[in-house]
Amino acid sequence: MTMNRKHVLAGSACIALMGVLLFAAMAWASNAGTDAVAQAGSEMVKAGAQLGADTGVAWWVWPLVLLFFCFVLGIIAVLAGVGGGVLYVPLVSGFFPFHLDFVRGAGLMVALAGALAAGPGLLKRNFASLRLALPVALIASSCAIVGAFLGMALPTNVVQLFLGITIMGIAILLLCSKNSAHPVVNKQDALGLALGMNGAYNDPSTGELVQWKTHRTLPGLLMFIIIGIMAGMFGLGAGWANVPVLNLMMGAPLKVAVGTSKFLLSITDTSAAWVYLNKGCVIPLMAIPSIIGLMLGSFVGVRLLAKAKPTFIRYMVIGVLLFAGGKALLKGLGI
Amino acid sequence: MSDTIHTGKATPEQVTYANMLFYGCWGGLALMAVTYLLYVFGIITPHVPLEKVPLLWSQPVGTYLELGNVPTGWGWSVLIAKGDFLNFLGIVLLAGMTIVCYIPLIPAFLKRKELVFAALALAEIIVLLFAASGIVGGGAH
Repeated sequence: MTMNRKHVLAGSACIALMGVLLFAAMAWASNAGTDAVAQAGSEMVKAGAQLGADTGVAWWVWPLVLLFFCFVLGIIAVLAGVGGGVLYVPLVSGFFPFHLDFVRGAGLMVALAGALAAGPGLLKRNFASLRLALPVALIASSCAIVGAFLGMALPTNVVQLFLGITIMGIAILLLCSKNSAHPVVNKQDALGLALGMNGAYNDPSTGELVQWKTHRTLPGLLMFIIIGIMAGMFGLGAGWANVPVLNLMMGAPLKVAVGTSKFLLSITDTSAAWVYLNKGCVIPLMAIPSIIGLMLGSFVGVRLLAKAKPTFIRYMVIGVLLFAGGKALLKGLGI
Repeated sequence: MSDTIHTGKATPEQVTYANMLFYGCWGGLALMAVTYLLYVFGIITPHVPLEKVPLLWSQPVGTYLELGNVPTGWGWSVLIAKGDFLNFLGIVLLAGMTIVCYIPLIPAFLKRKELVFAALALAEIIVLLFAASGIVGGGAH
């Protein structure tokens, strides 16, 4: 009975993934059809600002497709253990007719909303630690502002190119990284000690009180300069980078690393989101269905997660990221 | 600091932060959903006509701002009565929650004489207010 249920769940997850790919293919096909028209109008665009090509699709179709797409994306993101932003930006910029400026703006809002919603539960259970998050957040959020400005200042093709490289790098990181549930920290370093970067949480799976402390605090904090810049530049969120640094480098237990990382996104992405918001890169018609869809999908994903063993989904997501990253890379190279 | 005995329970300031975040986040999302419905069902007239948005979102943000006559920074606040910009209420509430949640941390850390963490919290508020202010804006491609 349990096996059947698992098979059903695995089947549902596969269908969901296929649904996403199908919609992506449809959106891509539709987008490809308009590329020629857009190209034809490029001469006019050079002369002055012009409207984009008419896709011939009613205005309400895209938000509806996006809502469903993001709902499925939300399920997959939870099952694969990645944040919504890291899937949203490459897939939506690759397969929907939105300019990268707006996709990054919406991507940050998507990552921010997910992190804000998860924050209260993580903080109350002590899986997210304020003591660990505060110093890290200050560095990452300051650098995310720099990253957001860099992303807005650089030509779109250059950002696409770097986005492609980053997404492919994330896929490889997901494939190779072996997080440690309870890293061994023999001695806390001076900075970690001075900042009181230690704590404890009750692990509900074992009923144990797990004590933790950090080491290699300075190099860990320095890593968040790069992470912050990348989060702001690409609108990706940065859970994919936060977790390995907090866990493998600084020695926080995996549950604390994951919880604090998610909470951190609510701070890091806030600073970058404001930059995109102030620059007019958030279009409500596309941003809000993305946020709502992904959040609803995450709730369903969390329910499925308790029962499913989603290794297959994880590998599929890595494949999708490699594909989407490759597409962004080619777009950046103008191929 | 190293002698602190941890019980596994969240500190009071962490719980306060969590409670504020909970109500702010869900309030923001609910507001966002309501204003979006008012917008897409045409109950409140938008500044940029709905039919025109898909013609603009494939273009760089500079084009969108120019042809849509869309303001940058906090310029949207004067267009709050328009359906599309009404949506910014929920968006701004979400983007502003972290700043609000950080405020009670400062007195909480000061009370415990943790000056470094009080300073970190204050610095974070300044950074986020700087980002929110739009002081360094404009020039989007």
